[in-house]
Amino acid sequence: MNARTIFRFDASRLGDLLDGIAERGYRLLGPVAREGAVVYDELGGADDLPRGWRDHQDPGRYRLERSDRNLFFEFNMGPHGWKKYLLPAEEPLWRALWRGEEMLFEETNVDDGKRAFIGVRACELAALAMLDRVFGEGDFRDDRYLARRANLFIVAVNCTRAGRTCFCTSMDTGPEARSGFDLVLTEVAHGGAHFFQVAAGTTRGDALLDALAFEEASPADRNLAKRLLDEAARSMGRHLNTGGLPERLAGSGEHPHWQRIAARCLACANCTMVCPTCFCNTVVDRPALDGRSAERIRCWDSCFSADFSYLHGGSIRQSTGSRYRQWMTHKLSSWVDQFGASGCVGCGRCIAWCPVGIDITEEAERIGEELS
Amino acid sequence: MSEPAKRPSLAVWKFASCDGCQLSLLDCEDELLAVAGAVDIAHFLEASREVKPGPYDLSLVEGSITTPHDAERIRFVRAQSRFLVTIGACATSGGVQALRNFADVDEYLSIVYAHPEYIQTLATSTPIADHVKVDFELRGCPIDKRQLLEVITAFLHGARPRLPAESVCMSCKRRGNPCIMVLRGEPCLGPLTHEGCGALCPTYNRACYGCFGPKPFPNTGSFTDWCLGRGSLTRPEAVRLFRTFNANAPAFETESRRHEDQNDQS
Repeated sequence: MNARTIFRFDASRLGDLLDGIAERGYRLLGPVAREGAVVYDELGGADDLPRGWRDHQDPGRYRLERSDRNLFFEFNMGPHGWKKYLLPAEEPLWRALWRGEEMLFEETNVDDGKRAFIGVRACELAALAMLDRVFGEGDFRDDRYLARRANLFIVAVNCTRAGRTCFCTSMDTGPEARSGFDLVLTEVAHGGAHFFQVAAGTTRGDALLDALAFEEASPADRNLAKRLLDEAARSMGRHLNTGGLPERLAGSGEHPHWQRIAARCLACANCTMVCPTCFCNTVVDRPALDGRSAERIRCWDSCFSADFSYLHGGSIRQSTGSRYRQWMTHKLSSWVDQFGASGCVGCGRCIAWCPVGIDITEEAERIGEELS
Repeated sequence: MSEPAKRPSLAVWKFASCDGCQLSLLDCEDELLAVAGAVDIAHFLEASREVKPGPYDLSLVEGSITTPHDAERIRFVRAQSRFLVTIGACATSGGVQALRNFADVDEYLSIVYAHPEYIQTLATSTPIADHVKVDFELRGCPIDKRQLLEVITAFLHGARPRLPAESVCMSCKRRGNPCIMVLRGEPCLGPLTHEGCGALCPTYNRACYGCFGPKPFPNTGSFTDWCLGRGSLTRPEAVRLFRTFNANAPAFETESRRHEDQNDQS
């Protein structure tokens, strides 16, 4: 992919790029600033992007503020992940109904059409690649996920600013997007100029760029963009020491620190809900009052709920400490055994969106420490 | 003429309460006719003055026990009911009137009534389950209509109602709401509260009031300490936060007393 040409275009033409995608039949989905946060929703075009907004994040804290730099992508991770479009928080799988003496089963179709994700960051691409592995490979392929995934056009955006809860460099997922996109953008503002660099990652991306006929980026442009990425990589707000971490966590079952985390953890499940790779779900049956039909719904679940580990007789993970341990050791340790890579992409959402500011990097560090 | 299939009989009972939960049944609107077709509404004074004699297959009980008379009457209701479901915060935890549990009732009586000697009331407001065996509890102030239909449907078909014992946050995040605590630093009881409302208040940008009461094992201490530490809550506010519709629910009661005691010491 490195062989592909890198183009540049003035920031005022971002709308042309998005319109070009929309004209190819894709519904645009991307970041919008709403009620104090950047969330993912429908985009009408470039004007809907959260231009001039910047976030400040700390454990248990997220604030959006105006920035005089007036960039399109100065913010980092918001509370939403792209999983909400590929694995909806709630979706009917099938309906069963009595027709006379016969019971019929009707599968509900996936008809989301062609969709474009605009502004996918490097850590989020890593999360999508992980979901592809979970739902698209092995013995348990999910047709609904795959149908939605096949209809995506992905516009990645390289991060030129790191947040205080970011640690993608620790997880080797960013800040530069390396694969898994149709187009990748880098926003550059320098000396009065405001432009984007763009490169394609697929032939679909090539075709779009051909049609837009942007000029080629100069070596000076490319240097500017590279410097911004290097700077972002150096300014990560957090760090996770991953060397030997899966092994250390795997042997940490009785570590006293789990109890100290349990004393703080609310077991509210916010961390799992905002995590871009947490994929656990459950099914619920909703029978109609008259008993003539029923619907099976799939919805997001979490290892932090009491029902999650309910087997005959009760929950096997009663204590909050055991639930947090399950989550963290799965995410950072047994996930590697299961899916060949860490379940954490270093986006920092679980840190910012924990109502009581529990920081996975700090807790993993404590758990990883030798017992004295 | 052959006898039509016998529908199970439904009775609705009121104890100390505001009637809002029984109203949820009438509020079913679209589903009300289906409910009326599926059960024989035998005793429901808010809907009809026609009362059929018991026993009843399904009793919905609203309200808490606040008088010696009601403490007797609930035994009668239990004896008349094959399956008894309590509905709402009053019936399941004592309701907002359980604030009396933290005060001196005799003192109230002497202020409110010209002749307190005519008033027979208990010192506490307590949930139905403190007095008789309850088969199922439906929480909320008021209860959620979908949950009520879920329970009636499950009852009709011999299934177990599925009302997950999870936090309000799970519904809140499924709906895509950014967390109010994180975004605005306001104490939102969602992380401690039993799901059931579908995160109604946070969806309208208001922190959760906790009207469905505590979820199993709520970490009230960590929550409050975090808010106190960040200045988003004072101790008197913490007492009030936990003393609303579910003031008498053990986890909330303990937490409010903890801060009251520390107020007294400071």
